[in-house]
Amino acid sequence: MLQGQIPIDEYKTGNTKHTWNLKKLRFAHRVLFDYNYKKQEVQKGYANRTLYIDLSKKEIKEKKVTEEMKNKFTGGRGFGLKLLWDSITSETRWDSVENNLVITTGPLCGITQYPGTGKSLCLTVSPATNIICDCNVGGFVGPYLKFAGFDALEIQGKAKDDVIIFIDGENGKITVEIAPLEETNTHLLTEQLTYMYASEDNDRSRQKVAVVTSGKGAEHSWWGCLNFSFYDIRRKVARVKQAGRGGLGTVFRDKRIKAIVVKVEKVHGLLNNPADPETLVKVGTKLHREIRDLDKYQCNMRAVGTGHLVEIMDAYDLLPCENYRFGSFPKAPKIYSTKFYELFTKIIPDGCWFGCTMACSKTVDGYMVKTGPYKGQKVTVDGPEYETIAACSNMSIWDPLWILEYNFYCDTYGIDTISTGTALAFYMEMYEYGILNKNRCDGLELCFGNAEAVLEFIHKIARGEKGEFINVASKGIRRVKDWLIEKGWGDEKLIEDTGMESKGLEYSEYVTKESLAMQGGYGLTLKGPQHDEAWLIFMDMVNNAIPTFEDKAEALHYFPMWRTWFGLNGLCKLPWNDIEPANNAETDEPTKVPEHVQNYVELFNAVTGKKVDKKELILQSERCYNWQRAMNVWMGRGRRKDDWIPYRSMGPVTEMEYISRKDRYDKQLIEKQGFNKEQIDKMSVKEKMKILYDYRQDQYQKLADAVYYRRGWTPNGVPTPQKMRQLGMDDPRMLKMLQEKIDEDEKAGLNVWGGKYGKGEKPPSIHPRYWEKW
Amino acid sequence: MDKPKKVKILKFHPEKCNGCLECEKACSMVHFKTKDGGDKSAIRIIKNGDRYQMHVCDQRGLCLDMCPVGALTRRKNGVVWLDKDLCIGCQACVGFCPINAMRKSVSRIQPFKCISCGACVRACPNGALELVEVKIDEIKEIVYHKLGV
Repeated sequence: MLQGQIPIDEYKTGNTKHTWNLKKLRFAHRVLFDYNYKKQEVQKGYANRTLYIDLSKKEIKEKKVTEEMKNKFTGGRGFGLKLLWDSITSETRWDSVENNLVITTGPLCGITQYPGTGKSLCLTVSPATNIICDCNVGGFVGPYLKFAGFDALEIQGKAKDDVIIFIDGENGKITVEIAPLEETNTHLLTEQLTYMYASEDNDRSRQKVAVVTSGKGAEHSWWGCLNFSFYDIRRKVARVKQAGRGGLGTVFRDKRIKAIVVKVEKVHGLLNNPADPETLVKVGTKLHREIRDLDKYQCNMRAVGTGHLVEIMDAYDLLPCENYRFGSFPKAPKIYSTKFYELFTKIIPDGCWFGCTMACSKTVDGYMVKTGPYKGQKVTVDGPEYETIAACSNMSIWDPLWILEYNFYCDTYGIDTISTGTALAFYMEMYEYGILNKNRCDGLELCFGNAEAVLEFIHKIARGEKGEFINVASKGIRRVKDWLIEKGWGDEKLIEDTGMESKGLEYSEYVTKESLAMQGGYGLTLKGPQHDEAWLIFMDMVNNAIPTFEDKAEALHYFPMWRTWFGLNGLCKLPWNDIEPANNAETDEPTKVPEHVQNYVELFNAVTGKKVDKKELILQSERCYNWQRAMNVWMGRGRRKDDWIPYRSMGPVTEMEYISRKDRYDKQLIEKQGFNKEQIDKMSVKEKMKILYDYRQDQYQKLADAVYYRRGWTPNGVPTPQKMRQLGMDDPRMLKMLQEKIDEDEKAGLNVWGGKYGKGEKPPSIHPRYWEKW
Repeated sequence: MDKPKKVKILKFHPEKCNGCLECEKACSMVHFKTKDGGDKSAIRIIKNGDRYQMHVCDQRGLCLDMCPVGALTRRKNGVVWLDKDLCIGCQACVGFCPINAMRKSVSRIQPFKCISCGACVRACPNGALELVEVKIDEIKEIVYHKLGV
């Protein structure tokens, strides 16, 4: 085993070495257009301007960030939403010329004194959902973009040839260059560009370069992700983190962007020019000590990253197995974090931004690739993280080495491990039922557990093969559902219920059947089913801490707002509650981790020089959250019908699922719906399933009623002009649009509660048009 | 390059100390060119009842693997050294030092630590401090195994 205290120069990964003819690559570049800008320092967390590039019109300009913009949108994702509102139309789709790919930072992004402070936020109109998708990603690009002089980067238009956008913070220059000869796939392209654009041929210089890339898979599927690099001086590898969800990489390649390169002149601890650096040091050091003392007893992030969740989820019946049919599996111990711990390279630090001592970015170095174009080569695999491991359990793949193979190729081809895995799990279930077969799958035997077929499927996408199945399947579950139904293959209801997508986006990797609040956490979201708005399963299902609809609605208000706040500031959520102070359980609200919330209040004030409290943080989020929902409404996908979720996420779709957890479901029919044991014993499984189905569907609608009410929306899920005004978001164009949509709903009779309220049950308000009073 | 095998660390003779803090003043002179001592000194003398205790880095090097930019290295003479031009001020080493001997003063964002220079030894009027040589292999600790797991 590798020991620590190895001098940086002496560490070796054992990876296959490449020799690039960088001169030749560079010689083929041709500058399409460029722009010189005046370098200026970041002030209290803001660069105070954004960068705009139009690839069609060959135009580059700066936009000023006003105080008003800061007050209303805070930064990060908020800035992204504002820039998108100003630049797209309600008709804009992912491949429209005017679609805008925005990468933003946030005022706290780039401080080094507190863990988890290097996140970029990426937003664009997603191919999967046709609304805005926002992704939060690590790596050095976000902080470097700000240090180079910009709070955000917008890219509109499309180039005719593959281009590289180079933001040179050293010389104050932006160039857009045609780059024909470089590789497209991430692990090679990132390496080439890191070496090519470094000012000098040494590791220190390479560390000042960060790259955004995607890959061949992103060109031919709707699962394209963006890879954000960070150069690891110990491994001497440009490692990557993914902005995975919603096909951002697909938009990136559709614009013919091969890469974005950002270079900075220097890196040090005070480039944000914070108002009060000593508070940053004080709060940061306190958290470092907490992690030092407690992580090994809590999440063990420093040893295995997010992979520690696999065994917990398996134990609580929450690990998605075979397309979410089951929450645990006899083979699951083969992919517990201990198995990956054996494979991870054990050197420290593993943070994706400087100073992050959560250090969850684990890697396997010197991994020998088994399939595809890089077969036989040795590479660094970043991860796997929990979501990737669970995407594989969802496909019934139980071999850590195949999981690494899947992880490596998804990353280098630039496709999302979550969407790809969830979609393949659905195709596999369809294969099991005979709705799909080898012939219908372009020759692939997509049965559960067939890892080789999974890899071949991914290689086919990357090669751009044109088979009918590959063509549809690479666009995600929603398109495959429509295709299967159109073909008349299989039962429509079964297809709709089992394909785990909502709003067109694939689910992330948790089984939500037994937690109503978490079903809302996936369904009542802005960008589609993911858990970055709320993760309430333990609170709801295990601890039963939020029993009523009102409680659940409060949780589905507070937590999405709170988690949105990380995105506004360029932060990672993990150091908030994946490490907790030793006395957290004794506080008033342990699930909110009050001490850490206070840390963030202090950090925000210390960087920006403002004086806000924890309520103001939630208000900052509420402004942007409602703004994004309003934009969804504007684009035609922000009403109750769009918050639909497939029944597989609510309860048992098949008899096998019911029987596999028969005791649990039978017990619920007795306890929650008043049947007695004799009645239950007489009923067939089908009858019991029907009762459960109706009950759970109704519960979900009642939950939506309560949540819409709590968030200040109409019963059809539309944020009201009154609410927007109250939050200080008074854009007249938006208020007018919202009023029109509410009037439309009124005419169509849609402003009504969704749940069925019987005796002794009340909807959240007795006033039929309650929202008008707000 | 041959790896250093030995390092000098400070040894304290509490019976000889009278709490004059000349050592702290000498240390802050080395690091910050002031005679303030206290927060600006890598060595601290703490009164405990009627006896004195020394608190200083023992050169175990646990922080070496913590530094994200490689600003912490073991020099030829075995001393764990922070290069403040490379340091990005993240305080990971300060937070993770098991004996809290990596210091941070308000004067600058980069931390500082004992470099076994001997200024305090020379400054002590009573001979309470001494530099002694120890084998690195016998004292070194590795962060991953000690703190990560």
